[in-house]
Amino acid sequence: MIVFTPRNKISKNWIFLAPILSIFLTVILGGFIFTFLGYNPGETLYHIFISPFTRIDRISDVFVKACPLIIIGTGLIFCFKANVWNIGAEGQFIIGALLAGSFGLLFPEMDTKFLLMIMLFIGFLGGALWAFIPAILKTKLNVNEILVSLMLVYVAMLLIDFVVRGPLRDPMSFGFPLTKAYPEGALINKIPIPGIGFLGQLHYGVMSIFILVPIAWVIINKTLLGFQIKVLGSAPKATSFAGFKEKRITIIVLLLSGGLAGIAGVIEVSANMGQLQPEISFGYGFTAIIVVFLGRLNPIGIILAGIIIATVKLGADNAQMAIGIPKVVTGLFEGILLFFLLTGETLQKYQIAWKKYGS
Amino acid sequence: MDALILTIIATSIPLLLAASGELIAEKSGVLNLGVEGMMLSGAVGAFGAVLWLGNPYFGIIAGAISGILMASVFSIFTINLMTNQVATGLGLTIFATGFSGLAGAPLVGKTIPYLPKIEIYLLSDIPLIGNIFFKQDLLAYISILLIILITIFLNSTKPGIVLRAVGDNHNNAHSIGYPIKKIRWLATCFGGMCAGLGGAYIPLILTPHWSEGMTSGRGWIAIALVVFASWIPWRIIVGALLFGGITIAQFVGQTRGWPIPSQILSMMPYIATIIALTMISGRFSKNKSIVPASLGKPFVDVT
Repeated sequence: MIVFTPRNKISKNWIFLAPILSIFLTVILGGFIFTFLGYNPGETLYHIFISPFTRIDRISDVFVKACPLIIIGTGLIFCFKANVWNIGAEGQFIIGALLAGSFGLLFPEMDTKFLLMIMLFIGFLGGALWAFIPAILKTKLNVNEILVSLMLVYVAMLLIDFVVRGPLRDPMSFGFPLTKAYPEGALINKIPIPGIGFLGQLHYGVMSIFILVPIAWVIINKTLLGFQIKVLGSAPKATSFAGFKEKRITIIVLLLSGGLAGIAGVIEVSANMGQLQPEISFGYGFTAIIVVFLGRLNPIGIILAGIIIATVKLGADNAQMAIGIPKVVTGLFEGILLFFLLTGETLQKYQIAWKKYGS
Repeated sequence: MDALILTIIATSIPLLLAASGELIAEKSGVLNLGVEGMMLSGAVGAFGAVLWLGNPYFGIIAGAISGILMASVFSIFTINLMTNQVATGLGLTIFATGFSGLAGAPLVGKTIPYLPKIEIYLLSDIPLIGNIFFKQDLLAYISILLIILITIFLNSTKPGIVLRAVGDNHNNAHSIGYPIKKIRWLATCFGGMCAGLGGAYIPLILTPHWSEGMTSGRGWIAIALVVFASWIPWRIIVGALLFGGITIAQFVGQTRGWPIPSQILSMMPYIATIIALTMISGRFSKNKSIVPASLGKPFVDVT
């Protein structure tokens, strides 16, 4: 039988090795599944993992795609570290973008260079508001935050669909479900590179990662709040002994993660779409969960993880265009990857040995 | 009126099936958040089988097997490798969404025959009641039978009591010699089978075609139903019918031209879930014995 023995010391190397090994095993298993379903594994894997790196504009698009994942993931670190399961970031992303976009569209006289700043703030509030619902229900009435935050994703999707097709629809859109274009001040511009022009879709919003991630790192590692969050996650009973307010921490982490998801939503729409449409998120909120695990709940790790997962997402788009594989295939890889990462966490905690019965 | 009630029942059966299975898994201490994924696999498995073999009854078998396979994956990781159940469940749903989409890609746009109704001799001729209760399809009968059997199993049989003991305190159950991992494996696979059947019901009865993510959150609502039912089997029937009713109300509203936008009507099942959870959950903090005490906690067999 297989025997698990707790490890006394966590191997430092394993922390880096586990994600790399997980990715490697995921690619191999993915290849087998493609073969099993009748696709050419070599060609498919090439499109998914290699093709996004074959042109420089495609590489910059990887960063563009990674941007929302990293921002949402940064917020989710707070939740997951505290063992609070916010899986509704997708909805918080949508509400943040929806409220900020509505503000920009309804008050065109606000079109100044500060408009974007105001919208980012509204986006934060909107996302935090959407996360406040599970937060208050969990802390006051003991309602499971997993189910509530997830149900609110569906509500948010329907809400933006309603707003874009109804009240905010552009009468000049020839029947398309689109709002008017954002005013100039609400847009995020592409970054001009001297001599080349633009690199794919690379925009200034990507810079926000280099502000938000360090802030998150400081909060987690250098503040009392960060310490409280870690204690709540690893030893909930110690939280009350230490005099920390468990409910307050729960609410704060949910608001922070919701707010960051909201900011991600504003950046995504302002940089890539320039108007609201029924679908603005393509599962970013769910994918970010995988990013957080791959990044090992570490803000710096999440940047790398976001880039890897964004590669797969873009690769799947390429594979769909080139050989007609549906792009939901990314889910397949994300799921397998998460399984291996979680197994890695078990191996980090326990030593595994094979023992004969009765010995 | 008959037709309306029949539609409500048909809508509630996938929820009923999936929630019954989840109830058994949770009673054994396993929080399976992969129900949505297991339902999707059941749906695509059933659809593929019927398309390939022609007979709708093969769809039931294929749905059950697909659900069990997904539950086995979940069990290997959560029970044997002791991974976090919440994260693994999410992972399974993400995985199964991708897998079913990939496997179902060649099936898009095709149609299958409906699962036939079975009329029960004489009883089906009773006015009103006959139509509703005795002219149903096989899966509908199975779903009601399941609730009855689960009630008897949990309350009046030894294996049922052992299952509850495992879910309430796995360390004590282990110390008197019960095989925790084996019992949880079986309970989870039963849950997966039920979720697979619930998923199979969707293409077999509700919409006879395959589309990506066609369960549209029913798996999550099923998990919420178990909480709503406070882990008491018969209450799942009440909850499932309630949600069936709310889902159908939105279509009735759309066809009758209620002055409410269709998207707002479509939100109702999800908002109702939140309201139902809110009304019921406050009680758990006062009376902790309702929730299986080991729910979601991995059993570590350390030597």
